[in-house]
Amino acid sequence: MTKEQFERNDGKGESMDVLQIARPVAAATSDAEVTDNPTVLALKDLSVFYGDFRAVRGVTVDVRDNEITAMIGPSGCGKSTVLRSINRMNDLIPGARVEGDLKFHGVDLYDAKVDPVEVRRRIGMVFQKPNPFPKSIFDNITYGPKIAGVPKSEFEAIVEKSLRRAALWDEVKDRLDESALGMSGGQQQRLCIARAIATSPDVLLMDEPCSALDPIATGMIEDLMQEIKSRYTIVIVTHNMQQAARVSDRTAFFTAEADSENDRRTGVLVEYDRTERIFSNPADIRTENYVTGRFG
Amino acid sequence: MAIAIKPVGGLTPANIGESLRRKPDLKGALFQFVMLFSLSISIGVLVVLLYTVVSDAWPVLSTRLGDFVTGTLAPDAGRAGISQGLKGTFYLCVIVAIVAFPLGIAAAIYLEEYAPRTRLSSFIEVNIRNLAGVPSVVYGILGLAIFVNGWGISALTGGRSPLAGGLTLAALVLPVVIITTQEAIRAVPSALREAGFGVGATKWEVIKDHILPYAAPGILTGTLLSIARAAGEAAPLLLVGTITGFISNSPGWFDVRQVQDKFAAMPTIITSWAKQPEEGFRVENAAAAIVVLVAFVILLNSAAILLRNRFEAKRAG
Repeated sequence: MTKEQFERNDGKGESMDVLQIARPVAAATSDAEVTDNPTVLALKDLSVFYGDFRAVRGVTVDVRDNEITAMIGPSGCGKSTVLRSINRMNDLIPGARVEGDLKFHGVDLYDAKVDPVEVRRRIGMVFQKPNPFPKSIFDNITYGPKIAGVPKSEFEAIVEKSLRRAALWDEVKDRLDESALGMSGGQQQRLCIARAIATSPDVLLMDEPCSALDPIATGMIEDLMQEIKSRYTIVIVTHNMQQAARVSDRTAFFTAEADSENDRRTGVLVEYDRTERIFSNPADIRTENYVTGRFG
Repeated sequence: MAIAIKPVGGLTPANIGESLRRKPDLKGALFQFVMLFSLSISIGVLVVLLYTVVSDAWPVLSTRLGDFVTGTLAPDAGRAGISQGLKGTFYLCVIVAIVAFPLGIAAAIYLEEYAPRTRLSSFIEVNIRNLAGVPSVVYGILGLAIFVNGWGISALTGGRSPLAGGLTLAALVLPVVIITTQEAIRAVPSALREAGFGVGATKWEVIKDHILPYAAPGILTGTLLSIARAAGEAAPLLLVGTITGFISNSPGWFDVRQVQDKFAAMPTIITSWAKQPEEGFRVENAAAAIVVLVAFVILLNSAAILLRNRFEAKRAG
């Protein structure tokens, strides 16, 4: 990936192809245990501010290709803030800014030349509450490709492919023209995943995607994540430690502590490691207390 | 010996029936009564008003409604009609819609979506709210000074014309249009915005494809209600100079040249007739004109409600 690809192109679908080429072959064998997958997102000493308030500081995380990276921690620890700074969703909040490094395939995402709109096409997002557009199921999925300049003739194929990947095709294939708002919460959330992958992103950010869902719908989303991680790199924020333990390859544990510079609490990254280590043999006592349920 | 019911907060099987019994809630009943009384007063006033107006107007409505609506202003109470006033009010509304809606909606979008939150922008916001409360007669003076007598502008408006009056009324309702549009935009859930940005939409695309369609019912209601307000305003038009007595010209409904000509309007006809000594004008004709104007405004409001319901049904899918 070169820098030019993030700068605003003419939006004629070229961006989609670039991503297909850039995708390395997934490490399917047990090699993954020894050699790490290539780094997709490199966060180095990242801090995020809202005005004068430092919401989170000192975040150093390497998100690796075709892995699920979980961010856990108590409320107010800044995990969602970090997630939203990755696809520059925080730009929408007046006064929000970052310090430190946030590189995507080696390109600084906060470089002045980088267009946040292009970033969001490559780094898709699934939100806490399902938020389908008040449109038909079909239009929900084609909206992203449409504004990216993908020709209409490809829409049907994109819709089928996205819905199949989101494990939703069989349930809705006969009512694609119906409003997405008539679906159940779990279906809506899978539709939002389908909508996010319709633009062929490289990375999927999920901000507590199951917190509004029942256990069965949650299970379906978790299965779905396992299935699609061979194609996408996933970063998930979750309040549910069991979920992090079940689905993720690596886990970052955040907590909130008093900021040395002012009297407000600020989020901080405590530990980042392979998930099994975080849950069985964490290096930091705070992590251990949290994952064993003694705190938070 | 076993306890049959576990006592709850000092309850025993003996007193539980008594403690659960409904007790009279006097304060609640009084509160409900006061609310109902207030509602009855509002509705009562409205009913009395409508009854008086319709019964006053009945001699005209029952005998010569057609002639009254199509007739022209005349010195004879038995022959006078309001067609010129209807045309004047119709063109005023059209001009208000053409001028105030695009300007007001665009200004609201800018304020809500683009304007940085600075002291200047909040100063502007507060003043738009203040402008919405300025008495309409003040707008009349503004209209007289700028749209009727303004150097260069008077050539365009033709002086005391529907164009000058319409622009004045547009200025009058502009703050209301801006405020209601802003409120409709603010009511758009942030989740919808995020969804749009999340799939890589630009700001303009999010506004055009998601925010405006979602806010449309609210915007529509506010703007159509502001037209209804403009249709009922007399004070600014008296200053701008509508004709209230005899007016010679009576062009066809769709002769647009009349927007630069002398004109009459419903509210000013009513004010002028209500001041006449002759009962045929003061009571019967004025009341009949009120009935027609009210019917016109109700029609507009119903259109607003119907359109809003249609948009809302579309939004819900």
